[in-house]
Amino acid sequence: MEVTTAFGNEDAAAMVAELRRNFASGKTRSYEWRVTQLKKIVKMVEERESEIVDALRSDLNKPAFESVVYEISMLKSSCKVALKELKQWMKPQKVKTTIVAFPSSAEIVAEPLGVVLVISAWNYPILLSLDPVVGAIAAGNAVVLKPSEIAPATSSLLAKYVKEYLDNSAVRVVEGAVPETSALLEQKWDKIFYTGNGRVARVVMSAAAKYLTPVVLELGGKSPVIVDPDVNLKISVRRIIAGKWGCNNGQACISPDYIVTTKEFAPKLVDTLKRELERFYGSDPLQSNDLSRIVNSNHFDRLERLLDEDKVAGKIVHGGQRDKAQLKIAPTLLRDVPLDSLMMTEEIFGPLLPIITVDKLEDSYEIIMSRAKPLAAYLFTNRKDMKNQFVKTVSAGGLVINDSAIHLTVHGLPFGGVEESGTGSYHGKFSFDAFSHKKAVLYRSFMGDAFVRYPPYTHGKMRLLGALICENILGIFQALMGWSSNSSLKDKTA
Amino acid sequence: MDEIISSERLLGELRETFKSGKTTSFEWRKTQLQALLRLLEEQENKCFQALFDDVGKSKVEAFKDEVGPAKKAVVHALSCLKEWMTPKKVGMRLLLYPSKAEIVPDPYGLVLIMTSWNYPLDLALEPLIGAIAAGNVIVVKPSELAPATSSFLANTVPLYLDNTAIKVIEGGPEASQQLLQQKWDKIFYTGSPKIGRIVMTEAAKHLTPVTLELGGKCPLIFDYSSISSNLKVALRRLSSAKWGACCGQACISIDYVLVEEKFTSSLIDMLKTLVRRLYGENIETLGSISRIVNKRHFDRVCNYLKDPAVAASIVLGGSYDEKRLLIEPTILLNPPLDSAVMNEEIFGPILPIITVKNIQESIDFINTRPKPLALYAFTHNDAFKKRIVSETSSGSLVFNDVMIQYICEELPFGGVGQSGMGRYHGKYSFDAFSHEKSVLYRGYFPDLSARYPPWNGFKMEFCRLGYKIDYINLLLLLLGLKGHPKDD
Repeated sequence: MEVTTAFGNEDAAAMVAELRRNFASGKTRSYEWRVTQLKKIVKMVEERESEIVDALRSDLNKPAFESVVYEISMLKSSCKVALKELKQWMKPQKVKTTIVAFPSSAEIVAEPLGVVLVISAWNYPILLSLDPVVGAIAAGNAVVLKPSEIAPATSSLLAKYVKEYLDNSAVRVVEGAVPETSALLEQKWDKIFYTGNGRVARVVMSAAAKYLTPVVLELGGKSPVIVDPDVNLKISVRRIIAGKWGCNNGQACISPDYIVTTKEFAPKLVDTLKRELERFYGSDPLQSNDLSRIVNSNHFDRLERLLDEDKVAGKIVHGGQRDKAQLKIAPTLLRDVPLDSLMMTEEIFGPLLPIITVDKLEDSYEIIMSRAKPLAAYLFTNRKDMKNQFVKTVSAGGLVINDSAIHLTVHGLPFGGVEESGTGSYHGKFSFDAFSHKKAVLYRSFMGDAFVRYPPYTHGKMRLLGALICENILGIFQALMGWSSNSSLKDKTA
Repeated sequence: MDEIISSERLLGELRETFKSGKTTSFEWRKTQLQALLRLLEEQENKCFQALFDDVGKSKVEAFKDEVGPAKKAVVHALSCLKEWMTPKKVGMRLLLYPSKAEIVPDPYGLVLIMTSWNYPLDLALEPLIGAIAAGNVIVVKPSELAPATSSFLANTVPLYLDNTAIKVIEGGPEASQQLLQQKWDKIFYTGSPKIGRIVMTEAAKHLTPVTLELGGKCPLIFDYSSISSNLKVALRRLSSAKWGACCGQACISIDYVLVEEKFTSSLIDMLKTLVRRLYGENIETLGSISRIVNKRHFDRVCNYLKDPAVAASIVLGGSYDEKRLLIEPTILLNPPLDSAVMNEEIFGPILPIITVKNIQESIDFINTRPKPLALYAFTHNDAFKKRIVSETSSGSLVFNDVMIQYICEELPFGGVGQSGMGRYHGKYSFDAFSHEKSVLYRGYFPDLSARYPPWNGFKMEFCRLGYKIDYINLLLLLLGLKGHPKDD
């Protein structure tokens, strides 16, 4: 282990104080500053693409294709959306006002929250670090990024290049593990954006509560896949594989975690999965260059524990090969794993895919809804009623019908969890919103002053006010003319 | 112990109701909102009585600030409900064609609403309206410091609303503590930052999202010279907001006024005359004003005045009647900035006036303090308005009026920093109790082989161009007219 000077509480406090001063100077609020910084992020990932690919290979043995497509291109795409839309996002939004407040105009002004903290995860260490930073910068905040120490090559690459490319007076990277994170969490932030697991999320939210800091928590969960026998099997299976093993070998928060299908259909599904897996990754997937490895030995051991549990070990129907030295596990299918096994109670976050069978497809809902709400849920079907029922019944961060994992590329959709899978959302405009305060601004003149608002209060004032507040035009007229209405207010002189 | 078991049973019952799916139907939501409207209409007298008993609110004030806004909110929710519930369509990129995306509002499930005593009716009903509209099962915990309204709600709500889905639980701090131990899908709290922290810490144990409606010291920038032709209206608005809305016991009440030194004496003179006319000459003849909610708060507010330096700064009022829990409208001129009255939220009828050399300095004054729930500015100077909008931060910002933002349901109501998180009113109330679920529907054809391994240079280039939305090059690549990097 390399010994570096520890980043303690005082360092964190000094850094935040400095960033607060720089934020107060107002420089991060300007449109120009935001645009320049966003363009620099694009420049950084373009110019350093090969180094990023190398870092991701070193941290996760991530295939270059996945690094470029799911991390670099996604990030560039979100910068591009922000650059294109930023002017629009920053524009105050006009709203209509009610008759009581007439004459007046009202708008909602998006303003930066201040100094924000982004704590990211190791599985998509570039995207999950910089994508929230894009939102924070677009919204005009000063931001500190704490990349995951579990992807050390990417962490140090981020520290190096963020310093080189971005404005250091307002954007910082702090590297480190638990002690550094704790020092950061001791500080007062105006927003904390955390990507990771539910256990740490609880720590983050409790720390945030001390200063009443709002949080976005991007967590995970067991994202189910329901497969209807009435389906285009080959394409469905390919899309499941692309979302499961094609995304960091199952180490993704929206990775399909388990499949539910009918008893009769299961053999056919398993056969097709096997065939397509072999087509994609060869007969010895441990040798394939197109699969990420398991991030470290802790996670390797964790996955082994799931596989080796007594009631699970005999359920493997495909794969199961592992190579501890290289931290590789082959795509593995299991059938009818007991619902109370570790594999079916914990988030798998790896290349194992259990298939649960039910008599009727409708029974899947019971299995899904008896668990915590997942970040994503997938359904493959051609039946319209099945789709409707799925959307109505299943609560999850996001739902995809007839595909997997692809919803996160749609900028118009908020990406985020619910309950155990997280709080808050981001992507596209939602990222901007996550780091903005929506200030209500009401412009009034001194004209049209309603005398009824002022004491001493009388019965007549009360009637008129009642009509005004409820925008009852007839009532206003009646009250002004001194006519009585059938209102029950009649006998209530103040 | 028994209470814990009984509240667990109660919540279990509510969860069963939610599971049955009945609260998610449009009809259920509509019926409940209509029933709530009926409650407000049929029980208006009882509402007035309870509000009078708890804080001495007059009927007009009770209608203007509580029954009226609540009714308006229900009517608004009823007229918009269908639209709010309709999934929002989302534009798609061509690469994913054919597909369809939408955002579906999902009810959170079991939600807890904890309210405060100063607007005990409206602050309970406004969030309740949002929670019903969004299709949740709900527990309302009214403040025990407004006991008459609390028991009114506990007794009346079950007569009108669906008892299997909406419950009112009364009680003090122990009851709140017990409720907070439970797992909720959303907690909506109105009150103080101190309790706000406790609520959020408890919520963290279950990762429950929270909306915290807190307070803060809301300043009024009084740009005297620019509004000199409208002084009469300006001062009326100031006075009615400060003393006419629950006697300053409101989270968006004016806490202190900033004015230029040279206008201080005329401002104070005019205020004195006006206050006497609106609320009475002295403590004996005081009228149209609420009392302080209880002895503890009465002592808290009076204690501000007992600080000798603060007492020396009194220019109007300052007397109180402990028996009736009444405090006279009181104006201070430049109390010490380090005194309690200038560092705590006053929440009472004391109004400090702080002088500045130039009114522009008020921006710095405000920015060195925690972000308030509301900021008010009386000015006709457009350049100054612009500066205030862009250089200060607050939950809401109102020019030339006070507190009126509360009844504009198109504006989000909520704080920032110390003044809270999350927002409500109108559609925002619905959103506060809904999870925005992303739904993506995909077709099967065309299915792009570039998405599937084994990876090669062609697939990489294809995806690169796809993200760039560079369809021309994409087409060229597909036609074999554009080169791509060699395989790894």
